[in-house]
Amino acid sequence: MTSNIEAPLRRAEREPERTVVPPVVVVENLSKTYASGFHALKNIDLEIRRGEIFALLGPNGAGKTTLISIICGLVNASEGRVLADGFDIVSDYREARSRIGLVPQELTNEAFETVWATVSFSRGLFGKPPDPEHIERVLKSLTLWDKRNNKLITLSGGMKRRVLIAKALSHEPKILFLDEPTAGVDVELRREMWEVVRRLRDSGVTIILTTHYIEEAEEMADRIGVINHGEIILVEEKRELMRKLGSKQLTLHLRHPLETVPERLAGYRLELAAGGKELIYHYDANLVGDHDEGGDEASGIAALLSDLDAAGIRFKDLHTKQSSLEEIFVSLVRERR
Amino acid sequence: MNLYAVRAIYTFEMARAWRTLLQSVVSPVISTSLYFVVFGAAIGTRIAEIEGVSYGAFLVPGLIMLMLLTQSVSNASFGIFFPKFTGTIYELLSAPVSYFEIVVGYVGAAATKSLVLGLIILATAGFFVPLSVAHPFWMLLFLVLTAVTFSLLGFIIGIWADGFEKLQLVPLLVITPLTFLGGSFYSIDMLPPFWQAVTLFNPVLYLVSGFRWSFYGISDVSVGASLFMILLFLGICLAVVSWIFKTGYRLKP
Ligand SMILES: Nc1ncnc2c1ncn2[C@@H]1O[C@H](COP(=O)(O)OP(=O)(O)OP(=O)(O)O)[C@@H](O)[C@H]1O
Ligand SMILES: [Mg+2]
Repeated sequence: MTSNIEAPLRRAEREPERTVVPPVVVVENLSKTYASGFHALKNIDLEIRRGEIFALLGPNGAGKTTLISIICGLVNASEGRVLADGFDIVSDYREARSRIGLVPQELTNEAFETVWATVSFSRGLFGKPPDPEHIERVLKSLTLWDKRNNKLITLSGGMKRRVLIAKALSHEPKILFLDEPTAGVDVELRREMWEVVRRLRDSGVTIILTTHYIEEAEEMADRIGVINHGEIILVEEKRELMRKLGSKQLTLHLRHPLETVPERLAGYRLELAAGGKELIYHYDANLVGDHDEGGDEASGIAALLSDLDAAGIRFKDLHTKQSSLEEIFVSLVRERR
Repeated sequence: MNLYAVRAIYTFEMARAWRTLLQSVVSPVISTSLYFVVFGAAIGTRIAEIEGVSYGAFLVPGLIMLMLLTQSVSNASFGIFFPKFTGTIYELLSAPVSYFEIVVGYVGAAATKSLVLGLIILATAGFFVPLSVAHPFWMLLFLVLTAVTFSLLGFIIGIWADGFEKLQLVPLLVITPLTFLGGSFYSIDMLPPFWQAVTLFNPVLYLVSGFRWSFYGISDVSVGASLFMILLFLGICLAVVSWIFKTGYRLKP
């Protein structure tokens, strides 16, 4: 008996503990005004959770690179502060930076160095003793091992970007910033890179990436943040966003207003709107017609329509609507303009 | 102290010099040899001894200084300008290294290169004129101090320069005239009194004079003044470098 009572209690006790894990990056009231007077970031507040993949979306010039550059020490903040793994990036820069890896947006390389030399250099620069085995593992995971003795100038663009990733991973960072890691990378390689990033996340690295490909954010991210004109306008779980994305909506304009949804239609996710004149049906576009997954939920427009008919509910018109992440994104960005 | 970082920067820079070994050694050696042939052998025979030292031998310390200054400035300025130019400096700025460590790495490497070069030129000079070094310790001290100070100056120039023109400008417009007018090729006694006074404002004069003293025991100004001037210049360069890093001047927007 007692154990039955205790078990859920213990779980309840454990729950808050898990959520209390401090964020790995904390950005507080961060602002940046460039020397030109341009206000690139405006009072940014942002927390990145330990071990997540966070995708930062935003149009060109939104301030993504500026934000990352401040966190990584390339740009001075005008106001506010940033903690990385609990360490202030200015006063405790050694501790903070040794935990951070950065893959910049621009492809920059020491043209005449070999892959091996440049990656080993990065490790030393970040204060780590030489570890050829680690470098070997990194190069192999990025399929650069065969190229280790090649000069960087002889590599293709995609390979150069992977070298930059290898450099960032050379010192085993806890936090990895990827500024548009897949810009100009072909589809196949992009998938490979996603795989690499996922493996990193599984090994406990927190990843913050920027991208212009909505598809990429959908594919990779645990959470998504949207930045525009230097302001964070949305931070949300990807699953939540995907729910909005994946859910379709059928609106029926009824001939006679309803007060409540009839009992026999309770199996559908229905709601009344416009004073009962509209019946809105939410359904998961991904599940329609899929008998295996949508088993317990009555889904499918055809079924609903015949049930409506049987219930004697008539309608004069209908339309369906689907929002994509892209749409959400565009409308968000436009709203703030 | 992030010693791994200092070592990484230092060896990386030295490796770059190693790759371009031929041009970094051959060209200074050839140009120094040319100076000896033209000034030492051709013209030098027409010039009387200076305080008991043949003109060819008198030239050696000045020539080494000339090379040391120009090579230190160009090595160090290029060393830091290049990553700025290509963008690879992002890594340096994002690394857990202090400004002091960055400077030790870059300036150390540049100074090492020009020191080695100075010694090579000294050896080359030995082929042309009989050499004697009266105060070897002081000679090395002046060499090291000069190499470090002017590598620091080069480092500053490399950070300040935002194009290749500026990178060339300072050595061309400042360093070369100062060395030529700093008594590298003559004793200032040979100048009219007015120009002698003007020359006393040239910091390079003090370097050359002190360096020459370490060879032959003769000098234009006192050794103490030479040492003071070079330490003063070193201090100024250090102050400027620390200001640069404190403000992020030309490094961080
Ligand atoms: N050094 C600088 N001086 C002045 N303005 C700058 C500087 N760097 C960036 N900006 C401006 O700040 C704004 C934000 O730039 P940022 O590079 O952060 O954008 P972004 O979101 O990364 O864009 P993209 O998607 O094109 O990479 C832009 O308007 C840009 O012109
Ligand atoms: Mg950017």
